[in-house]
Amino acid sequence: MAPPSGLGDKVFKWFTLAMALAVVALVFLVGWQLARGSSLAIRRFGFHFLATSTWDPVAEQFGALPFIYGTAISSLIALIISVPLSIATAVYLTELAPLWIRQPIVSLIEMLAAIPSVILGLWGIFVMIPWLRDHPFPFLKKIFGWTPFFSGPIYGVSMLAGGIIIAVMILPIITSVSREILRSVPNLQREAAYALGATRWEVTRIAVLSYAKKGLFGAVILGLGRALGETMAVTMVIGNTPQIRASLFAPGYTLASVIANEFTEATTDVYLQALFEIGLVLFGITILANLLAQLLLKTMGSTIKSGAVQ
Amino acid sequence: MKNSHFWRKTKSALASAASFVCALLVIAPLALVFLHLLRSGASAVNWSFFTELPKPVGVAGGGMVNAIAGSFELLGLAALVGVPVGVFGGVYLAEYGTVRGNWLLRFVADVLNGVPSIIWGVVVYGLVVLRFKSFSAYAGGLALGFIMIPLIMRTTEEVLLLVPAGYREASLALGISRWKTIVHIVMKTALKGIVTAILLALARVAGETAPLLFTAFGNRFWNHDLSEPIAALPLQIFSYAISPYDDWHRQAWAGALVLVVTIFFVNILVRFLTRERVARVL
Amino acid sequence: MESAAIIDPPMITPVSLPQQQVASGSEPADVAPERPPAFAVERLSIFYGEKKAIEDVTLTIPSKMITAIIGPSGCGKSTLLRSLNRMHELAPNTRIEGKVLFAGDDIYAPEVDPVVIRRRIGMVFQKSNPFPTMSIAENVLVGLKLNGVRDRAFLRERLEQSLRMAALWDEVKNDLHKPGISLSGGQQQRLCIARAIAVEPEVLLMDEPASALDPIATAKIEELIHELSANYTVVIVTHNMQQAGRCSDYTAFLYLGRLIEFASTTKIFTNPSERQTEDYITGRFG
Ligand SMILES: Nc1ncnc2c1ncn2[C@@H]1O[C@H](COP(=O)(O)OP(=O)(O)OP(=O)(O)O)[C@@H](O)[C@H]1O
Ligand SMILES: [Mg+2]
Repeated sequence: MAPPSGLGDKVFKWFTLAMALAVVALVFLVGWQLARGSSLAIRRFGFHFLATSTWDPVAEQFGALPFIYGTAISSLIALIISVPLSIATAVYLTELAPLWIRQPIVSLIEMLAAIPSVILGLWGIFVMIPWLRDHPFPFLKKIFGWTPFFSGPIYGVSMLAGGIIIAVMILPIITSVSREILRSVPNLQREAAYALGATRWEVTRIAVLSYAKKGLFGAVILGLGRALGETMAVTMVIGNTPQIRASLFAPGYTLASVIANEFTEATTDVYLQALFEIGLVLFGITILANLLAQLLLKTMGSTIKSGAVQ
Repeated sequence: MKNSHFWRKTKSALASAASFVCALLVIAPLALVFLHLLRSGASAVNWSFFTELPKPVGVAGGGMVNAIAGSFELLGLAALVGVPVGVFGGVYLAEYGTVRGNWLLRFVADVLNGVPSIIWGVVVYGLVVLRFKSFSAYAGGLALGFIMIPLIMRTTEEVLLLVPAGYREASLALGISRWKTIVHIVMKTALKGIVTAILLALARVAGETAPLLFTAFGNRFWNHDLSEPIAALPLQIFSYAISPYDDWHRQAWAGALVLVVTIFFVNILVRFLTRERVARVL
Repeated sequence: MESAAIIDPPMITPVSLPQQQVASGSEPADVAPERPPAFAVERLSIFYGEKKAIEDVTLTIPSKMITAIIGPSGCGKSTLLRSLNRMHELAPNTRIEGKVLFAGDDIYAPEVDPVVIRRRIGMVFQKSNPFPTMSIAENVLVGLKLNGVRDRAFLRERLEQSLRMAALWDEVKNDLHKPGISLSGGQQQRLCIARAIAVEPEVLLMDEPASALDPIATAKIEELIHELSANYTVVIVTHNMQQAGRCSDYTAFLYLGRLIEFASTTKIFTNPSERQTEDYITGRFG
């Protein structure tokens, strides 16, 4: 690097560095605000906050377990639905599809990603929920009703509906990140397999997918991070009831939705503090998911690069 | 031998067909949502939707003019925060720094990008609303601005790196200082890409609701004081959607249609203006 | 350090610029009646990280003459050339040993600002690179404008002068507002030369300036280089031996980062003292 020449250069460099460091500052700002806002609650409820399931603002009893449970289960449902679909689509788009069809599908997926959560929720309330209630849910109940997961009354708004709407939200991100991963697999890999007389699918399975495993896992975790924090659409279809039920037809509640619903109603300090602490928990788990995802994705990138060199 | 070859071919064809079906399933929600938006929203989008304030409960008609205006005001405030920080942070990543340090900054920006948008609402609530004891347009704009920062930073970096090194060399060889080279040559060359990055980030936060719930808060009336609660289109859609009135539901669809069409328009415009390369980064 | 002084004199007087432009406390070069050398390179070694690209090179580049640097690919021609105005420092982890004196002053002295050095020592690159967002006129004047020159009449005058010196004026005088990249390849390269001389440097460094051009455009550039040498010290890197023979006064032959031979071009091409030089110019290797 050339040594800085003149005052202008120095000022500009430090200015841009300060702007770039804003991202680091923001991470600390978020952590600090959330910790400060919930310090009383943390002291008052301690570890019980995470392990008890009573959420009673009137009695000032706050346990976050139903929300943690709801977030975990709805995200799990979302992953079960979206991971196979997204990865298969990414494989289709990079390996199997005819060239002319690829770009149009990619553009459509980008448009899906651009639909705001609140609008998906609107559609969820007025279109998806009635349809789920009248057709797939009764059907599921008839077939799997003997398991605890698909028993009990059907309201429409439910954990399952929440999971489905989250799945729709994270389909585009998992698909496009997976697609990037698959595209970055060096062609050498494919050619080697083709040279052995493998079919297109065999090439994909042996050369591409096994090579990209780590990165695809990163894409899935990234999707999980988004799922955990998804707010508006879920809030509109999950039923918002703080309870732990085995049945996926029963309403649930998530960390993000309880903040969205109750924050402005929190009249007492402890109530607000408890909601801040929910925010802290949500921040913690999404940061963990994103850290893991980015590590997987970034180190995947570097292995590919060094792989291409040799 | 022949048989197994046939079976392998069939399997390959089956895999293609199955993954094609998956691709259709992935884009199906887009079609379903958009069709319903058109069907339920188009009839409610009329002149008064764009020109009138919401009517009191029980009175039919009215519009969302205040929410539309409020959304633009919020986006303006967000841009004041997100654009300078994002663009010049991106400049640092592309033009200065060390490989290792920039890797770390990029990493942090990408992690920050994954912070749920509702968290920004909570943070700004603690930072601004509690302090000034009022929901306000400033708070809403700040929350959206925070969300824009890592988005714009990463895209700006990408587009600056697309500027060939030859232009930097040519400028430096003229005895133009480094910072002038960056501002007048590199950034000017990449201007279209930077504008694209900003527009895409704006389109992205234009639909955000969660961070506004307890910052901008919403407002059924005109508000010209930025330190007061302000209406926003997504907030209005949300409150109408969960209301019990049919007329409000109709208006929620109308608002949703307007919002989605605007966002799609910006996305398509941007893609039309630039090559795929830039858009893909987001 | 935004000194605009260097471009203040309204006429093209490149070599008459005062030497104290280089902020340096070292003794002024002796102003001998016979021209002092433009560059004195003393035991120069250049490293990219661990890799040594130039090894112990010593040579003197005469002023207002054309000096060619030749040698096989990868021998360090560009590196040596770029070290003359500190452009090689743009690559990460570069390091030098030895000295480069320009008009008697060490350009690597700690207090020297490379920006000022580059204002006095211009450069033209292999690939023509007019700024894509700028018109022909803006391209020529960008160096002056960004260094604070505002006087419109002066800028207009300089625009014409520079384009005339680059032998481009007649071809573009009616299209000055058109984008620089709308010109042909050869015209673009001459535009880059005009851009470089518009800031009135004392030296022009050229890194294979014609290697991407067709023969006619190449001839034009060579002619132009010859004319420029009346006012400028020119150092040119070339792959093309005929080119070096045709248009240079002195020639330096580099091989594997070392200076094998430096002498008048006539001598190098007719009667080289080194075996390796002879092998190279007769095409036996490289
Ligand atoms: N930025 C850099 N980083 C590391 N090594 C470099 C860099 N630039 C050049 N080198 C190395 O330094 C040596 C000299 O390179 P240089 O570009 O000066 O050669 P050259 O004679 O100009 O070659 P050519 O005729 O191909 O342009 C080469 O071995 C090259 O690999
Ligand atoms: Mg070279």
